[in-house]
Amino acid sequence: MQKKNLLKKALVALTIAGITLTSPMEAYATEEYGYTYNYDFWFDTIESPDLYHVSKVFTSADLGLSTHLRNPQGLFAQGNKLYLCDSGNNRILVLNKESAESIQVEEEWTGFEGPNGPEEFNNPTDVAISEEGNIFVADNGSHRVLKLSPDRKYLMQFDKPDDATLDKSLEFQPTKLVIDTAERMYCIASGINKGLVKYEEDGSFSGFIGATPVKFDFADYVWKKLASQEQRAKMQSFVPTEYDNIFIDKEGFIYACTGAVEDVPDEGPADAVRKLNLMGNNILVQNGNFGTGGDLYNGNVAGYDGPSYFTDVTVLDNDIYICVDKKRGRIFGYDDQGHMVFACGGSGNMDGYFRRPEAIEHIGNELYVLDSLDCAITAMVPTDFGQTVYQAIDEFDQGDYEASGASWQKVMKENGNYDLAYIGIGRALMRQEKYKEALKYFELKYDRDNYSKAFKQYRKIWVEEHIGIIVFVILALFLVPMTIGRTKRIKHEIDTADIFNKDR
Amino acid sequence: MIANKSKALTGRAKYVDSLKFALYCISHPLDGFWDLTHEKRGTMAAANTILFATILIRILKLRYTSFLFLAVYWEGINIFLYIASILFPLSLWVVGNWGLTTLFDGKGKLGQVYMATCYALAIYPLVQLPLMILSNFVTVEEGAFYSVLSTLSVIYAGILIVVAMGQIHEFSAGKNILFTIASLFAMLVMIFILMVFFSMITQGIAYFVSLAKEFMFRI
Repeated sequence: MQKKNLLKKALVALTIAGITLTSPMEAYATEEYGYTYNYDFWFDTIESPDLYHVSKVFTSADLGLSTHLRNPQGLFAQGNKLYLCDSGNNRILVLNKESAESIQVEEEWTGFEGPNGPEEFNNPTDVAISEEGNIFVADNGSHRVLKLSPDRKYLMQFDKPDDATLDKSLEFQPTKLVIDTAERMYCIASGINKGLVKYEEDGSFSGFIGATPVKFDFADYVWKKLASQEQRAKMQSFVPTEYDNIFIDKEGFIYACTGAVEDVPDEGPADAVRKLNLMGNNILVQNGNFGTGGDLYNGNVAGYDGPSYFTDVTVLDNDIYICVDKKRGRIFGYDDQGHMVFACGGSGNMDGYFRRPEAIEHIGNELYVLDSLDCAITAMVPTDFGQTVYQAIDEFDQGDYEASGASWQKVMKENGNYDLAYIGIGRALMRQEKYKEALKYFELKYDRDNYSKAFKQYRKIWVEEHIGIIVFVILALFLVPMTIGRTKRIKHEIDTADIFNKDR
Repeated sequence: MIANKSKALTGRAKYVDSLKFALYCISHPLDGFWDLTHEKRGTMAAANTILFATILIRILKLRYTSFLFLAVYWEGINIFLYIASILFPLSLWVVGNWGLTTLFDGKGKLGQVYMATCYALAIYPLVQLPLMILSNFVTVEEGAFYSVLSTLSVIYAGILIVVAMGQIHEFSAGKNILFTIASLFAMLVMIFILMVFFSMITQGIAYFVSLAKEFMFRI
């Protein structure tokens, strides 16, 4: 009997040993690299649960197209419609999104009703629809931007800006454009590095805005002076960089991104994304520990070298802006304070990985990424985790701090390494005037500014509550030594007084 | 008169008196460091205590300074290396300084150089301990106060060390500064020699190890 028991025990022990030995190996094999990651205070890469998962990748076949997509460049979303510029085939496709799993081609625009008969698009690289429904097309091959009525009748066109500073021989090649609520048009054109080209609603050119400031250090300047003509030609020239893509948010601020930027160590590229106001000044908030320029580590790995190259940016309704990196096929999300919300993706052929992502758009919180090499649109929807994160941010913006705190708690339970969750809970607690609890969360994630804010309030309340004790202690600190000193002096005077001495 | 009084003291009282004398050295460096050796006001025990306090405060700072001013990446901390980061430069300084000055009419002995250097460090724990406590009661905006005082304490400790060396070696100001710089070079030379020494030793050992391996393969 006992022997049997022993045998049983040994068998159980063996099985357990077997399970424990094999299971971590399996886990390692499947989850060697996480899809989503983030950086913490120390710039360590932190694995994260996915905020987005791929619902479907729509290729030409999935969309039911007889002519396959060729080098698609532009994507624009309005309502439930996606407008896709199939630049290589000189057409614009209007796609209707029923759900993230189902997108159908609704219309195919190859041309428009011109002033002298029908005309064809020539390499359309971007499209935008105004609130009135007018269609703006960057007709790159014909060197113009077209403004068409909703039924695609020619209204006007925007030509090369009439500006004396522009090279006469330069061809006007608009690549990307946005429309504001008043139908003013801002566009990026290749070869023009003075910023965005701005046209008024009547079609007149009104100027360049938002050129990137030129940066160079003194050492470069000295080298350039010493260098020969040929050497100088090889050096980087001190001119503003061109933008790669633009997006206009619901408040009318233009987000512009550029890949050609200077790489700052430990911060990623400086000013990879800029938020331009009406004056063209950069008003992007950067309160994070690191810049909003994508990957922090960009050494030469697997053939990819140098900083992230942002080709497009889109801004969700909760002011989270999402950039797509052409170089490594990654997607980066940042909140309105410049903290990284998530980073995901990579280069490759799997769903959720990209080869040359060219444009990103959003419908609600869903993302649509256009890959110009794969000729496919990837639809990405937030996971439950992602939904909770967005919900927490939305609730905070709406002023429902208690609910926001609860949502962040939920986020924290699913991902205990998520800095934003801790800071989110802390901020929610701070708004509820629970400063002491808030301090704990801020300290855990090294949020100096918020900690200081909460501590200031906490200290003020503490002093107000304990004012009696404080006054008492201060008084005691002054009075006790004073009394001791005085008694000693009196004692000394008495001891040395003449009357007593006489008696002695 | 002071000298007479100190001579009379023995044992515990002498230790306490010599420890208190560190305060006098801080406030009156020239006079204090002269008396430290010439009037025998300092003791080795007090010097060791001050050094211990300095190391202790430096370690405590890691844990108890508010993260606003000192965020510690705990994964990267090796407590022995951290202690060595004070002791190693200190011993290099003491040996280097003594080695040089003893050749050029320096009056200080090796022990006296060590004692005076330790006494000069006394300002560090004295300022850093209250600052460490204070750091937990201020915000980032009020942090300038902390960082200025903290930096000043280190700079002042440096000045005290230089002054102390001048006094115990009986050097003029110019000669003192010259030998301070020379001592720093001596430290660099010693580091270089140590590194050469260690790499030679490693290669020497590796040679014999490979020889033994070869030998065992043949047998």
